[in-house]
Amino acid sequence: MAVAQQKTLAMNGDEAVALAVKQSDVDVVAAYPITPQTIIVERLSEYVANGEVETEFVCTESEHSALTACLAASATGARTFTASASAGLALMHEILYVTSGCRAPVVMAIANRALSAPINIHCDHSDSMVERDSCWIQIYAENSQETYDSMIQSFRIAEHLQVLLPVMVCLDAFVLSHTLENVQILADETVRKFVGVRQFPLVMGHEGKEVPFKLDPNNPITMGPLDLHDYYFEHKRQQEEAMKIAPRIIKEIHEEFSRISGRKYGNGLIEAYRLEDADIATVCVGSTAGTTKTVVDHLRTKGTKAGLLRLRTFRPLPLTEIMGALENVKALAIMDRSNSFGGSGGPIYHEIRHSMYDAPTHPHIVNYIYGLGGRDMPPTTILNIYKDLQEILQTKKVKRDVQFAGVRQ
Amino acid sequence: MNKTLKGWKDIPIAGVCWKPATQYLTGDWKTFKPIHDAEKCTKCLLCPMICPDSAIKWNQTNEEIEFDYDFCKGCGICANECPADAIKMVREGGE
Ligand code: SF4
Ligand code: SF4
Repeated sequence: MAVAQQKTLAMNGDEAVALAVKQSDVDVVAAYPITPQTIIVERLSEYVANGEVETEFVCTESEHSALTACLAASATGARTFTASASAGLALMHEILYVTSGCRAPVVMAIANRALSAPINIHCDHSDSMVERDSCWIQIYAENSQETYDSMIQSFRIAEHLQVLLPVMVCLDAFVLSHTLENVQILADETVRKFVGVRQFPLVMGHEGKEVPFKLDPNNPITMGPLDLHDYYFEHKRQQEEAMKIAPRIIKEIHEEFSRISGRKYGNGLIEAYRLEDADIATVCVGSTAGTTKTVVDHLRTKGTKAGLLRLRTFRPLPLTEIMGALENVKALAIMDRSNSFGGSGGPIYHEIRHSMYDAPTHPHIVNYIYGLGGRDMPPTTILNIYKDLQEILQTKKVKRDVQFAGVRQ
Repeated sequence: MNKTLKGWKDIPIAGVCWKPATQYLTGDWKTFKPIHDAEKCTKCLLCPMICPDSAIKWNQTNEEIEFDYDFCKGCGICANECPADAIKMVREGGE
């Protein structure tokens, strides 16, 4: 398949999300606006008002209701989308679990924003990281282009018959959501063909026959009813299995999309940047990876063997890939844009350190909590982290395993 | 583990019910069960109406009310409401 014709548009991350939804033949959008996701909802309601899409747009009174409406629509077989951030996502918390438990392939964009209090509308990952156990696939984009591409891939991933899990596409507040960038856009027909029409597996219903997995009065089924100590655990085990299968499917769909777009983000799960011979490396998610790459390039010109591992998916966590990519690294800094208060470090640190327990050789690992509430992460701060790593490499000692980069003393 | 229960690979996803509710017996969690006293019963048929689990039926053959212990959860509402005091609750297995 040849790379499809594309045009370049100047757009911010939110607009890129809205355009991807417009092109992906979405049946129902139910949403409640919250900064910095508002532009997504505004654009989508404009598309609907202008008659540019056939999407049913439901304005709800809260995020709790927005996700509930998406879940219900998805259960009837509709392709559904919503967007949220921060307090809005926190209000959805209960329904996040209901959505994944009902195996409803809802796709949601999260414009990652700090959680109150104090009130802050800027970027950090506290809102989505706290939902890492809700059985939603999480994709963290580095730039608006990747946001657009990931959105289109997400409908396919979520609706894949072996996965059937909701997907969050996370984009950094303002850094991506509101910053103009050149984005390569596929033609409407190309995207529509790529996402295709939603398919349904067959399930055994209560009338004793196999029926499509959707709410349909002609073939009635019940989803997610009371499930006590006899079967609840088995249903949760099924969800874990879907998460285990997901990495392969995410890679396949990423690969298939790269053939029409000409764009790749590592293998779809992780992106190893100049890691092959790296002695020191950082690990992060989101837009900070872009800044870090320029720092790595700079260090490389000075002869320092520096590298970066960017996680594109945090759920599922690609354990084997992570271990493989970090195999030869001797000093490693994990960068977390959220903190697990009282838990000694951030969530990415906990999990990477956990991944490395089974690795044949153990690098020195240090954690940097950074950028909370939108605190800028300039190249100088990142450079200092690599300097710390060089010191660790020489002294073979980690002075403090959890540090705060960019906070005033 | 109970051998009659299916494993995770053999059940539908998302808690989809693969059999009707009439085949899912919910009466096994009761501590007390209702016992009917036909002598006292005036056959007013209040209890079949108020049982929250529809576990009391009118048996047309012998013209008596009858408990379906597979679905009776032992809440005691029938015993409490019976105007003729014709239902008493006894501990399961303690009769
Ligand atoms: S004890 Fe409760 S559930 Fe059982 S028959 Fe009486 S009213 Fe119905
Ligand atoms: S409520 Fe009492 S008297 Fe009336 S039918 Fe039931 S058991 Fe008999």
